[in-house]
Amino acid sequence: MRSKALNLVKRYRIFLLLAFLNIAILIFLPQVGVKSVQLTWSNFIEMLSVLPPIFILLGLLDVWVQRETMTKYMGEHSGLIGVLIAFLLGSAAAGPLYAAFPVAGVLLKKGSKLSNVFIMLGAWSTTKIPLLLFEASALGFKFMLLRLVMDIFGIAIIAYFTEKMLSKKEKEEIYQRALAQ
Amino acid sequence: MTTALYIIALVALGVSFFKSKEKSILALKKAWKSFENILPQFLSILIIIGMMLAVLTPEQISKVLGNESGWYGVMIAAIIGSITLVPAFVAFPLAAALLRSGAGYMQIAAFVSTLMMVGIVTMPIEIKYFGKKATIVRNAAALAFSLVVALVMGMAL
Repeated sequence: MRSKALNLVKRYRIFLLLAFLNIAILIFLPQVGVKSVQLTWSNFIEMLSVLPPIFILLGLLDVWVQRETMTKYMGEHSGLIGVLIAFLLGSAAAGPLYAAFPVAGVLLKKGSKLSNVFIMLGAWSTTKIPLLLFEASALGFKFMLLRLVMDIFGIAIIAYFTEKMLSKKEKEEIYQRALAQ
Repeated sequence: MTTALYIIALVALGVSFFKSKEKSILALKKAWKSFENILPQFLSILIIIGMMLAVLTPEQISKVLGNESGWYGVMIAAIIGSITLVPAFVAFPLAAALLRSGAGYMQIAAFVSTLMMVGIVTMPIEIKYFGKKATIVRNAAALAFSLVVALVMGMAL
């Protein structure tokens, strides 16, 4: 029991440290402190609102989708289909980029190709459909369209480049990590 | 969009329960486990982002991103964009406000692109899933790509 509590403190130590730091700022620089607590709180609410459905879908995916199915559609020999699914999966997503990493973890665990996972991450970060509409209204249609066209190529280039830079052993380690999650 | 996500998740969960209660409970357990697994990093990052945004105000940012700031402004924009992580519903109005207050298209493009693709504060989470090397390579490549985007958009717009 005691070791369990100790383990919990150990896992959350950076968070606790930061929380103390924030309290210190609150005391010594109240203006900055209040603002930062407000911002943290609103981001926290945003996170709590978007994460539950993502994690529920991940849990269901983990239980129901068989490794063979995932490998077939997004694995090593999935070709263009895998790339398209990765793009659509990322673009249809909601939530900030950090919510995409657990999704990436499950895709890897089920045998998805590494470059496809990076494409999903890239699409999640920049080509989300509701975001594009928002971008067009805030910064203009031309701005959005030009960036979108470049991003589609950029995402693919970054994904293949990142995969190329990794050795076979490093890739293996990434899959091992995903299995351990 | 979030509402749609909830509807999809709930429908999927309902179908799952209809087909197998045990598997559905297992799925929920797995969902909770992977959430709790990443929670310490999530919480830490939320505090770091909150503190950073409290210090960096839009007025301060627009001061250094003026149209005449050239590559110096682009670099600053890329650095600010890479470090911070701002939800899009804040980022786009902020970028629009910066444009109105005199920032250049090239600088704004660098800011928006790095904001979305490069995440220095979120690196601990990324490393947890992909390891150090893949994380650094991906972020560095995304940063380089963002600078190309900035250059092209600066010339085109």
